[in-house]
Amino acid sequence: MSAILVVGELNEGVVASHTFELLAAARTLSDAGGGDVHALVAGDSTISQSLFEGGADAVHIATNEILKSGLTVDVFLPTAINVIESMGADIVLLAQTAFGRDFGPALAFKLNVGSAMECTGLTLDNGRLQATRSCYGGSARAEVTWSGPIQIATLKPKTWDALVTDTSRSGTVNEIDIAGEARVKIISTKKAEATGVRLEDAEVVVSGGRGLGDPEAFGALEELGSLLNGATGASRAACDLGWYPPSQQVGLTGKTVTPNLYIAVAISGASQHMAGMSGSKNIVAINKDADSNMVQSSRFAVIEDYKKVIPALIEEIKSLD
Amino acid sequence: MNIIVCVKQVPDPETPASQFAVDEATKRVIPAQGIAPVVNPYDPQATEAALRIRDAAGEGTITVISLGPESARDAIKHALAMGADEGILLNDPSFEEIDNFQTAAILAETIKKVGIPNLVLMGRAAADWDMGVVPIGVAQFLDIPCVTVAKAMELNDSTLTVERVLDDGFETVETSLPAVVSISNEFGEPRYPQLRQIMLAAKKNVDVWNKESLGIASEIVGSENRLLPLKALYVPKVESNVEIVEGDSPEEKARNLALKLREAKLI
Repeated sequence: MSAILVVGELNEGVVASHTFELLAAARTLSDAGGGDVHALVAGDSTISQSLFEGGADAVHIATNEILKSGLTVDVFLPTAINVIESMGADIVLLAQTAFGRDFGPALAFKLNVGSAMECTGLTLDNGRLQATRSCYGGSARAEVTWSGPIQIATLKPKTWDALVTDTSRSGTVNEIDIAGEARVKIISTKKAEATGVRLEDAEVVVSGGRGLGDPEAFGALEELGSLLNGATGASRAACDLGWYPPSQQVGLTGKTVTPNLYIAVAISGASQHMAGMSGSKNIVAINKDADSNMVQSSRFAVIEDYKKVIPALIEEIKSLD
Repeated sequence: MNIIVCVKQVPDPETPASQFAVDEATKRVIPAQGIAPVVNPYDPQATEAALRIRDAAGEGTITVISLGPESARDAIKHALAMGADEGILLNDPSFEEIDNFQTAAILAETIKKVGIPNLVLMGRAAADWDMGVVPIGVAQFLDIPCVTVAKAMELNDSTLTVERVLDDGFETVETSLPAVVSISNEFGEPRYPQLRQIMLAAKKNVDVWNKESLGIASEIVGSENRLLPLKALYVPKVESNVEIVEGDSPEEKARNLALKLREAKLI
């Protein structure tokens, strides 16, 4: 009898949006014969109902005083191993977050099985999982399977859509104690400072790349971004040059964004950058090179020097309102 | 203060998309003509971190380990030229086409053989497979703490304070040593080897160890023992249906773009 375990996370006391995406992915696998969907979250039982409403059949809440000083891999690992073994999970899903990217592999090494990282596709074939993931900086895709009995995968956030909340759903809640010992101690956490709208939540993102040729140009991009109630991002190359804060980097090693409108200014579209924004619903490229990957991937493109286009675009948008 | 740095040689991530190709039958990347493989971009930062800690301590040995083909010697030489002391290349036919989980097991065996140092450092991930699992595995095999994606580090006596990069901010953690730490691109610019150092590094000996000298069991290595078998590797196709916004001047193109975005209800 197979079963799926979703290892969820909380964000400021409520179930994180990427956990609902995991539940949706798990339900699809469940419908294909993957078994019941269990959710394991470190927190308290008040969050159980939202996990059921998001798609869980059973909920395991791991709780302990130690959580007050922060959740670490070492603290949670023995608990999660116990849950996996007692419920007989053969699929374990996590999000590719700061926590999941450590916890998925930690589970895998402990269980002597593989963990496929940052998957963008999952299928069930004869009861066995197959995953698609990006590699070589987004230039290639790999299809992987698992040789061991337990198949662990971290999923790229914002790749699956959460299910519509179903308030009629319910299930069993199992409260467990966290037993692990913290070897790495959390001293403090702090949020990255970003002015205006948070990059990951923005409906409009205006980003600049090395092709801007000038860090000052970000001023105009910020003006365009705020005019559209959006955020401003940058490519890895621009951040590496120190032109824009790394916290605003969009790409494989930066943030993943999926806005309704993504305006890429002087960004050629190296795989590194595309990996962080190719899920955008509408891409606009402003670039001198018509053959660039970004122009070819966009819905609208202006083939021109951005220096003349951006001020005129700002004026025109102001006059439209 | 003894430190082991693990480095990897990868195809150059700056390879233009037009020159990146995959042999789907063998599931391997076809090396781009005239573009030499490079040190994984995160790894010089790990070497830099090791050098800073060793220099602050005033003593110690930095040993560089790389698992890979003969050419991976260059990745080791790069770290030696930066200032590391010793190099070990892990090379064996049974190490080819293995997965990251097997790599972690082999690196851990190597580190045990060298002697567990105060610190094991590596880049946050390799730019080829981009999995980021090896530091976690090495730490587990050695049964020591692991801290990933570090942007800054400070050593006071035997306590290491690390600032980590989270999804939406930063976290400061403390760990005892020995520990494994993976280093992020936010760590800062690695030093650039000077010509004299490159020439000195070229003369340094790099030991080569294989499956036998490491005493690794056959069932751990070989692509047939992957925990994540690779079913397919391919280059995704991009279909373009871009609409080029026309106009007689840059300003007119900008106006036409604004109108099209308004028409499509995007602004």
